[in-house]
Amino acid sequence: MAVKNFVVGLFDDEAVLFPAVKKVRTAGYKLHDVYTPFPIHGLDHAMGLRETSLHTAGFIYGITGTTTALSFMSWVFNVDWPLNIGGKPHFPLPAFIPITFELTVLFAAVGMVMTFCYLCQLMPGVKKHIFHQRQTDDKFVMVIELTDKTNAQEVKNFLQANGAHDIEEQQAEAGWWFGRFDKDDEPYLRKVKTVNA
Amino acid sequence: MHLKYESTLREPLVDGVKDYHQVTEDIISPIEAKPGKLWYVGFFISLALLGFGAFSVFWQIYFGVGVWNLNKTIGWGWDITNFVWWVGIGHAGTLISAILLLFRQGWRTGVNRAAEAMTIFAVMCAGQFPIIHMGRVWMAFFILPYPNTRGPVWVNFNSPLLWDVFAISTYFTVSLLFWYSGLLPDFATIRDRAKTKLRKLLYGVASFGWTGSTKHWQRHEALSLVLAGLSTPLVLSVHTIVSFDFATSVIPGWHTTIFPPYFVAGAIFSGFAMVNTLLIITRKILNLEEYITVGHMEAMNKVIVLTGSVVGCAYLTELFMAWYGANPYEFDTFFKYRAAGPLGWSYWIMMTCNVISPQIFWFRKMRRSVAVTFFMSIIVNIGMWFERFVIICTSLYRDYLPSSWSYYRPSWPEVGFYMGTFGLFFTCYFLFAKYFPVIAVAEIKSILKTSGENFKEKMEVYEEQPDEKFAHDVAHAH
Repeated sequence: MAVKNFVVGLFDDEAVLFPAVKKVRTAGYKLHDVYTPFPIHGLDHAMGLRETSLHTAGFIYGITGTTTALSFMSWVFNVDWPLNIGGKPHFPLPAFIPITFELTVLFAAVGMVMTFCYLCQLMPGVKKHIFHQRQTDDKFVMVIELTDKTNAQEVKNFLQANGAHDIEEQQAEAGWWFGRFDKDDEPYLRKVKTVNA
Repeated sequence: MHLKYESTLREPLVDGVKDYHQVTEDIISPIEAKPGKLWYVGFFISLALLGFGAFSVFWQIYFGVGVWNLNKTIGWGWDITNFVWWVGIGHAGTLISAILLLFRQGWRTGVNRAAEAMTIFAVMCAGQFPIIHMGRVWMAFFILPYPNTRGPVWVNFNSPLLWDVFAISTYFTVSLLFWYSGLLPDFATIRDRAKTKLRKLLYGVASFGWTGSTKHWQRHEALSLVLAGLSTPLVLSVHTIVSFDFATSVIPGWHTTIFPPYFVAGAIFSGFAMVNTLLIITRKILNLEEYITVGHMEAMNKVIVLTGSVVGCAYLTELFMAWYGANPYEFDTFFKYRAAGPLGWSYWIMMTCNVISPQIFWFRKMRRSVAVTFFMSIIVNIGMWFERFVIICTSLYRDYLPSSWSYYRPSWPEVGFYMGTFGLFFTCYFLFAKYFPVIAVAEIKSILKTSGENFKEKMEVYEEQPDEKFAHDVAHAH
């Protein structure tokens, strides 16, 4: 991805955060993200994020499971090896229901979790920049991206006026990389080191 | 002033004066501290049990399934009893995490993490029994429908035993995914406050690089909701399918349509009892009494008295149908060999523990007593173990041909195997209690401002006001 400049502000209370998020949007600043220690209902709408389509993906995985189970069992019993089991029919639909149901749930669940991890870039060994150590503890961290057109001081004053504290400017990698959390191994930091050497 | 409002008539779910940081401190700091003496004692007892279990299983695999006291009449004994018992225990975890999520029961947040962990460990224990029971365990993969060189000869998709393979493995996988996706944010919390390098590295890997981005939380919420929606019918289907193992056969006492709902109610009954057993110990040792409150236990005791009574109704319905159905074999099984006869004592242990004793929970004082809850949680689990024993053995030991009638008591490898699963269960649980957040930190934070004691106290001012004034001042104040 890319190294970018950000202004980071901390909020203590979600009741202060909400109006601030609305004002960032009306003021026209580029809101990079808001990091919160727990899900805050309505914050995604306040930030103008679109609804997730994860449910739709789950539905598609589910019906894939249904058709896989039904077609595989019917193929085994009718085409590949039609076995006479006590004179029972070769397409016993009621007896196929339990396995069909289980595979529907299995495909939907596994598919959705994998899609979730893919969309959010979550994997063992993946690392991202943590803007503040307490964003997973008790602080709500608002991160505004600085572009050519934004003045850093202006953004800082804006955050200050809207109830943020510990406001600072940070240069950080905006994407993910493979790294370890016990080491400072952000890609751009490595580059700085080689230049110095 | 928080945006949400909950009546002060409802008991707080988090006691004491808390803010978000205090919640993190309370739940995460036991992970960062060295475990106490009690932890080591418990952990090594569990490991010893696990070792004995492993030896018993080795003995059985080495000498063959004949070392068990099963015989031609009683082909299923302690092994299948234990299998059904462990699977049943697992069900409460999914009920708490999935069904109570759909019903928007706030109290689930205090107990869901530990209950889901219990589910996973219980299913791990359960799965071993049918596999070891196969005798030649190295052929266990034959139960999977894989393309083989023998035709290929496929598994029989009409068989309830095969449905079980799919049900239990799906149940385990989905429970694990549900549990772990909930753990990601909490692992990130541990990672970001870690003082040692090793902890930062390990929890960094375990957290998958979670940051707490709003978009990620939005997807996480969607994922949790759909997984809860999927787990709800799944948990019902799993014990339904377990009951099909019996109900689709023609053995008197097994061949009944009441089995699926009766098994599911019994599973939830025993599972909640096990959650109570575990959490009463956990809250004491980890000082989490403010998060797992007496109110939480009361809520679970209500579920116990409800499901215990459902199970009681099922027992009586079975007896009635055995008489009303006018099938002599069915009648004899229930009235001569189950409620009476050489194994009749097990029936009456079951009746006492499952139906009569839980009625004590109609009294609020009993529901809110930690000692009574703990005692009853053990009693219920003994009762539910005997329920499965009664269903399996008292139907089998008197079959259609009197010359093959038999009696059954377990041999030491059977008992050892069962004890070994206790060892496995508690070894996993002790490790979980030490290294994992036993309460869902992020979820507690999300209910703190509506259900925390110090936040509820602030609402008392509004409780005094007329509704219109509250609506005018608070709800519509933007």
